[in-house]
Amino acid sequence: MKRALFGNRLLPWLLLAPQLAVTAIFFLWPAAQAIRQSFLREDAFGLSTSFVGLANYAALWGSAEYLNAVRVTAIFAVATTLLSLGVALVLALAVDRLVRAGKVYTTLLVWPYAVAPAVAGILWWFIFNPTVGLLPYVLDRVGYDWNHLMRPRDAMILVVLASAWSRISYCFLFFVAGLQSIPQSLHEAAAIDGAGPVKRFFTITLPLLSPTTFFLLVVNIVYAMFETFGVIDATTEGGPAQSTNIMVYKVWFDGFIGQNLGSSAAQSVILMLIVIALTVIQFRWIEKRVAY
Amino acid sequence: MRFLAAASLALLTSSPAFAATEVHWWHAMGGELGAKLEEIVKGFNESQSDYVVIPSYKGSYPETLTATMAAFRAKQQPAIVQVFEVGTGTMMAAKGATRPVYKLMQDEGEAFDPKSYVTAVVGYYTDPEGNMLSLPFNSSTPIFYYNKDVFQKAGLDPETPPKTWAEVEDFSKKIMESGAAKCGFTTGWISWIQTENLSAWHNQPIGTEQNGFGGPAARLSLNGPVQVKHWGNLKKWADEGVFMYGGPTDGDNAPPMFYSQECAMYMNSSASRAGVVANAKDFKVGFGMLPYYDDVAGAPQNSIIGGATLWVMEGRPAEEYKGVAKFFTYLSSPEVQADWHQFSGYLPITRAAEDLTRQQGFYEKNPGSDVGVRQITLNEPTENSKGLRFGNYVQIRTIIDEEFEQLLAGKKDAQGALDAVVERGNALLAEFEAQNK
Repeated sequence: MKRALFGNRLLPWLLLAPQLAVTAIFFLWPAAQAIRQSFLREDAFGLSTSFVGLANYAALWGSAEYLNAVRVTAIFAVATTLLSLGVALVLALAVDRLVRAGKVYTTLLVWPYAVAPAVAGILWWFIFNPTVGLLPYVLDRVGYDWNHLMRPRDAMILVVLASAWSRISYCFLFFVAGLQSIPQSLHEAAAIDGAGPVKRFFTITLPLLSPTTFFLLVVNIVYAMFETFGVIDATTEGGPAQSTNIMVYKVWFDGFIGQNLGSSAAQSVILMLIVIALTVIQFRWIEKRVAY
Repeated sequence: MRFLAAASLALLTSSPAFAATEVHWWHAMGGELGAKLEEIVKGFNESQSDYVVIPSYKGSYPETLTATMAAFRAKQQPAIVQVFEVGTGTMMAAKGATRPVYKLMQDEGEAFDPKSYVTAVVGYYTDPEGNMLSLPFNSSTPIFYYNKDVFQKAGLDPETPPKTWAEVEDFSKKIMESGAAKCGFTTGWISWIQTENLSAWHNQPIGTEQNGFGGPAARLSLNGPVQVKHWGNLKKWADEGVFMYGGPTDGDNAPPMFYSQECAMYMNSSASRAGVVANAKDFKVGFGMLPYYDDVAGAPQNSIIGGATLWVMEGRPAEEYKGVAKFFTYLSSPEVQADWHQFSGYLPITRAAEDLTRQQGFYEKNPGSDVGVRQITLNEPTENSKGLRFGNYVQIRTIIDEEFEQLLAGKKDAQGALDAVVERGNALLAEFEAQNK
């Protein structure tokens, strides 16, 4: 029946053509290039190329630096996601209770989302700079010697804070919308039955927010893994001693600074597989399992 | 219509001579240095009418190099490109991508005397037969800066910088005990200054095959006793507060520590001189040579350079190379070199430029501006102090920083950290050798 809408068989293809062209040129072609490159060993100028099969992947498997990057990425992604989701939920609950000033707070809290990652990174770099920064000065007063140039833990805290900060706004917005869609009558009925605010939060609000929470969980993990390059580059550059060298930063560093295109391509292919896996999870698993 | 005709006529007449051959030059000089570079190019373009050099700023050194590689793959490369010293190994290995400067000058019939250049500068960029491969443009070497006011307050002679590392330690402790400053010294570039230059300064090898000049089979060997002793000392001094770490790569937290008088002494590039003087608002700056360990035979030898050179890319139309050769002759002239040297603090690449600067009284008026030149020419360079040439060296520098950070964090001792540099660096060198087979 649907095909009957188009008299001409060519027309649907024509209408799709611009989008298909964009996808092919900007997504499929580079992805194919990356896969091809990942099987090659090549000098920087492309003067000598040899096929090495899976050697680039095998080298990653045995590389302590790469395994470290995987570990760092996992810690970073989980910490960033939990922090931004947690803070956003608390803020959303607070705003949800406000009747009059809610809109003003919402606007203010969404603001950081508009700040570019690199700008946010520079901002945090200044605030946390061990020599000229404000925060190390304050921390020094309370007896904590902050130095993210030397201490891996401080560096990780810095990049997690800087990445989660702008993300809180995004999660906040979704949580506010989610909270507003929970019928007030449920809360009232529970209150009449004698359930306190804490009980109501855990038995009504949280379960009904679960679709939003799951969506944000996946989206934030993707964000932390792939879109935080700017923050890392502007603050720690992956250091000290690779303690904040996440996988996507390593792809760039090995490819563009190290000129090791084969390894860099192999790493991007691995990242590509992770994105595909996360997307499948989001579409199949979450859409089905979460109670609406 | 008449307006259009007039406008196009104006356009035609204002553009430089019609038949001029364009020569593109990609560089990494931003800010004031970039403006000065354009001024130099303008001087060349106005001095003749056959060639027009067009400089383009391509970002940082790594970005410029990456852009050049991508352009070469797409057959859109410029004729001249500025490449930093650690990219030398990569450029040299790219046979067929670059045209050696000595060959260019010979082929184009330009007068060219390799002996007129400062050996310690061009030595870094010559092949084992002594042929110059690229034209040094901006070269510098690390020197020693100190705060004269703090020295005075601590009861030290403000006119005498420490000569040896023992004196650096001794002076630092006096400074800290007297309360004149919080820390003794800081430094930029752990890799370039406290590892590579430390090795050359003490006539110790950085790698095999004459520090890599002999070929791509070279491997690192910078885990010798002098380097281990020095890294061990840096760790000890960091724990005692004598030394403060300024961060990886160029150590961008080191300058503020010196400017704010937190640290009394500081090591960084001779090209930082103008910046140091401008930022030292509340105190007088003294200059000295790099410290050395007096129990090491042959120290001090000579320091090595950093900075960038101009490489000529292959694959451009023949007539452009004539222009490149003429431009290089112009760049090497004493007047242009002396002007650039005095403006930027980079080392003069020819003896004539150094002499001219001396005649003009520049060194007298600007104390400390000749320390770099004196340091690199202190002795005839040896196999260990000519420079270094390894592939993948940008990454190896990162490894040096990382292992130094491991040392500071107490996870490794000096020997362990330097052994790890050698082991991890050698894996990259093996990879590079395989890529360029």
